[in-house]
Amino acid sequence: MNDQQLLDELLKKHKAGILKPADRYNIPSQAMPQQDGVARRSNVDEVAIGYTETQARLEALRCLGCKNAPCMEGCPVKIKIKDFIAQIVEGDFQKALDIIRENSLLPAVCGRVCPQEVQCQLPCTVGKKFKDVEKSVSIGRLERFVADWGRKQKEKSVPPVAPSTGKKVAILGAGPGGIVVATDVRRAGHEVTVFEAFHKPGGVMVYGIPEFRLPKAIVQEEIEGLKKMGVEIICNFVAGRTKTIKDLMEKDGFDAVYIGVGAGLPMFMNIEGEHLVGVYSANEYLTRANLMRAYDFGKGADTPIAMSKRVAVVGGGNVAMDSARTAVRLGAEHVYLIYRRSEKEMPARVEEVHHAKEEGVEFHLLRNPKRLLGNADGVVCGIECLKYELGEPDASGRRRPVPIEGSEFTIDVDTVVVAIGNGANPLIGQTTQGLTLNKWGNIVVDEKCKTSLDGVYAGGDIVLGAATVILAMGQGRTAAAAINEYLAGKK
Amino acid sequence: MAHKLLSKQQLCPDVYMADIEAPLVASAAKAGQFVIVCLKTTYSERIPLTVAGTDQKKGTICLIWQAVGKSTAELGNLQVGDEVENILGPLGRPTHVEKFGTVVCVGGGIGNAPLLPIAKAMKQAGNKVISILGARNKSLLILEDDFRVVSDEVIIVTDDGSYGRKAVVTVPLDEICQLQKVDLVVAIGPTIMMKFCCATTQKHNVPTVVSLNTIMIDGTGMCGGCRVEVGGQTKFVCVDGPEFDGHLVNFDLMMKRMTAYKKQEQAAMEEYKHKCRIGLDK
Repeated sequence: MNDQQLLDELLKKHKAGILKPADRYNIPSQAMPQQDGVARRSNVDEVAIGYTETQARLEALRCLGCKNAPCMEGCPVKIKIKDFIAQIVEGDFQKALDIIRENSLLPAVCGRVCPQEVQCQLPCTVGKKFKDVEKSVSIGRLERFVADWGRKQKEKSVPPVAPSTGKKVAILGAGPGGIVVATDVRRAGHEVTVFEAFHKPGGVMVYGIPEFRLPKAIVQEEIEGLKKMGVEIICNFVAGRTKTIKDLMEKDGFDAVYIGVGAGLPMFMNIEGEHLVGVYSANEYLTRANLMRAYDFGKGADTPIAMSKRVAVVGGGNVAMDSARTAVRLGAEHVYLIYRRSEKEMPARVEEVHHAKEEGVEFHLLRNPKRLLGNADGVVCGIECLKYELGEPDASGRRRPVPIEGSEFTIDVDTVVVAIGNGANPLIGQTTQGLTLNKWGNIVVDEKCKTSLDGVYAGGDIVLGAATVILAMGQGRTAAAAINEYLAGKK
Repeated sequence: MAHKLLSKQQLCPDVYMADIEAPLVASAAKAGQFVIVCLKTTYSERIPLTVAGTDQKKGTICLIWQAVGKSTAELGNLQVGDEVENILGPLGRPTHVEKFGTVVCVGGGIGNAPLLPIAKAMKQAGNKVISILGARNKSLLILEDDFRVVSDEVIIVTDDGSYGRKAVVTVPLDEICQLQKVDLVVAIGPTIMMKFCCATTQKHNVPTVVSLNTIMIDGTGMCGGCRVEVGGQTKFVCVDGPEFDGHLVNFDLMMKRMTAYKKQEQAAMEEYKHKCRIGLDK
């Protein structure tokens, strides 16, 4: 029996009301169709291709529709998951999309980059039954399916905007959080201007997350949607330098400000050799490759990037995976991923780790650099590492990596990418009097995302430290509600 | 918002000066700060250039640049009325200006451009300003007249003796430091020149500020590409600088880092020149 026949049979039973949980457990979990592992090493096209309609409806039929909907509890923005999945079963994708949109403004983005396996899919009853989170209902893939279906429909619905209130809101940073705040605040009828420091809006979605994981066209569509709602976007504006927050409020008449500038400052390891040529922060490496399209150097793009044969990427998060997989696409023959804990503790998404392995990234686990070695020209040529073992759990709850004395070994490399995280950019703090920061330089906010200054709200990485797109969006929604409430009470 | 070129002139071979519409930058920029220019949104590089002057009324900034690579050459080929798609700024910390006493401003080559607004601000703050301007030869000396306006004394040196003294800038700098009390030296020019200026002033224990021009992407502290070692610590030129205590800067390391893309840049430049010629033949 092929997939279509299976679907028809299941739908018949479903309509007759005789599809039992046992039948649903028997439906095979639908694998994500993807580009061939070898072919995709030499292109930047999206790796995951997306479910077919048949696959989507089969996967949706695996959902038990649990009364208590544990999945929803696992979602930072509380999407009505079982409801939208039920609409996929019925084949009413528009309704499914409408249900998602009630809570999430960027489903095509979230369906691709959310860490579903530690959010909605973790408490899924189906996954629990099989004692395997990978056997949970693939909520993220279903969200993506619905969002992509919506993108293919001609008339893209623009959210309705309330009559003008005459109030003005400035949003600093055109990343995922800023986009969400802009949408929600604009919907309430306020004038919204989004200020972005880069020459293209989108934040981490355009400079950080590679095309092969999140096509830029999707981000572009969301930005166009904002513009259609009447949101103004001003690029090349660095908050604190081009204008201060005080100037925006006192001179330019903005009634409220949302700070969503992200986590700016790349962390380094502070080891010998980190200033050698060929040593990049992941931010620099990814920005050159994604935003500046260095993979097209010489074919239109003017920004160069190291054309490496042997690349070491240090770190175990999604940014490290993105860097390693970018290096593969830039033509490196060997890409080593060096992480000081074991694969179990890696913060990267399981799917991305799988993809990286399929693409030939070589994992060096329980290893950490001790120093970087350079040649006579000051170019990095080797990375000296120590082997590690895991000790007791530390404050992060993960087992602490302990170096093994005398275990040094060297790998020959010509490029090193440091992907160990980002700290808060000090610029806003330095140029905004009265803004309370914590000891790491992150902005302190209350439960409504309000800062220590009246009318000034903040969210995303500048508050949370480096987090995820969905968490930034969640905070954006909270902040937008608070801003709308604040402006409603302001004369 | 596009930025129109309102005027343009060639100061010497490969060095251009232009007034460009950028009202937001013009109203905020102070001496010592820079902008990032990105010619076309999709494919162009982001180029850091120091602001050589502003006109708040007209909403313009003055940029001076040397066509050393493909992108700066492309910028040099713009004509009055043409537009630059993106200008971000002002970036970096402004120069710390106060009445120090005697300030010696040392400029080398294109370094005269960022130095001019600093010399001007130092003069306005009541300092005695002595300017030492160096160039390889007479035809490469820029902004001499502007420096004469804002300086108490101007000393010109050229490598080949075609104008002023035949010397490098450190020679008169050393002499001045020996003869009189100098309270501050500001040196801007090629990295190697700044390195030797600092070695000179260190002998005389004169505080020295240098403005570093490193490889940079975003200019807001995000990429870390501009990192330098200052006093043994890692600093980012874009947010911690561009000016630093020259006696603490690890110039050798900086010079190495600046060679990172030499080969790729040369290849891009050659291809660009080749294409330009094809255009001219038509």
